[in-house]
Amino acid sequence: MINQSITQKLANPTRFMSLSGAILPWLTAIAVAMIAFALYRGWMAPPDYQQGETIRIMYIHVPSAWLGMMGYAIVALSSFGLLVFRHPLADVSAKAAAPIGAAFTLLALITGSLWGKPMWGTYWVWDARLTSVLLLFFLYLGLIALRSSIEEENLAAKLTAVLALVGVIILPFIKISVEGLTIPWLGLEIPAWNTLHQPSSVFRSDGPKIHSSQLYPLLYSALGFSLLFFALHMKGMRNEILRRRVKALRVAEVDRARAAEAAAPAE
Amino acid sequence: MDLGPHADFILASYGVVALVLAALTAWLIYDGARQKRLLENLEARGARRRSRAADQGSLDKANPK
Repeated sequence: MINQSITQKLANPTRFMSLSGAILPWLTAIAVAMIAFALYRGWMAPPDYQQGETIRIMYIHVPSAWLGMMGYAIVALSSFGLLVFRHPLADVSAKAAAPIGAAFTLLALITGSLWGKPMWGTYWVWDARLTSVLLLFFLYLGLIALRSSIEEENLAAKLTAVLALVGVIILPFIKISVEGLTIPWLGLEIPAWNTLHQPSSVFRSDGPKIHSSQLYPLLYSALGFSLLFFALHMKGMRNEILRRRVKALRVAEVDRARAAEAAAPAE
Repeated sequence: MDLGPHADFILASYGVVALVLAALTAWLIYDGARQKRLLENLEARGARRRSRAADQGSLDKANPK
């Protein structure tokens, strides 16, 4: 097998364990160093002319929100890989990504509330952006609950994958909720919802609307937390592979005991 | 460093991020160590995975037709 793709090479759990075991310590160290550097730069950055010192919440809130959505994209892509390509590690990846994505989504909600109170005068409003991110969090909880409620592992994987793919509609909804969507050649125009949440300041068609003294620490922070996400995801996948090996050995042990019992002469 | 009148909100945000990520990391490390220990115990007892063919062979021996 000379012309194997990277995904084919990683399809072997033993090979994945060996490779990830070598990468994980370095990835973790780089992630922690990058986060420390980014937060230092963020704390040294000048306060915002409107939001004052509370702008420092942006350096953790925005990466958390991005990673909450990226985590769901990983769950959905892995689910697609399971249902369509039957990749051996796809379900392992989807299962490992769900709690990490849920944690970052929860952090986006909490830090957003703590940022909202001094800026908007309230911790929470039921507007499109905040409500859609809350739905994303509940979707994560639903995926975790559904999987843990079904004992048969293959069935749990397939049902969870179907739910994950149905739920992927939440991602464009979160994006569109504060900015709307216009596709002229389709004649499509979805207006932005009335919301307190500001539209994106970084990923815009006309370029970032944020000063470089705040933009760079934000991008460093996003990179650092993304690397941490990948490190945690890799660790979660390693744990899941070990859990499946333990389960397989237990099943084999029980089968062997049954076979030995059946082979023994009746007394 | 003076964080102004909203210092509590800023510090609470950083605190909750540190707490949640520390808890998540600790859970993953604990879970990994636990699975590794369980696997080592099973292997020490001589447990090993067998192929379907081997399983079928032992079943056939156990239940001859």
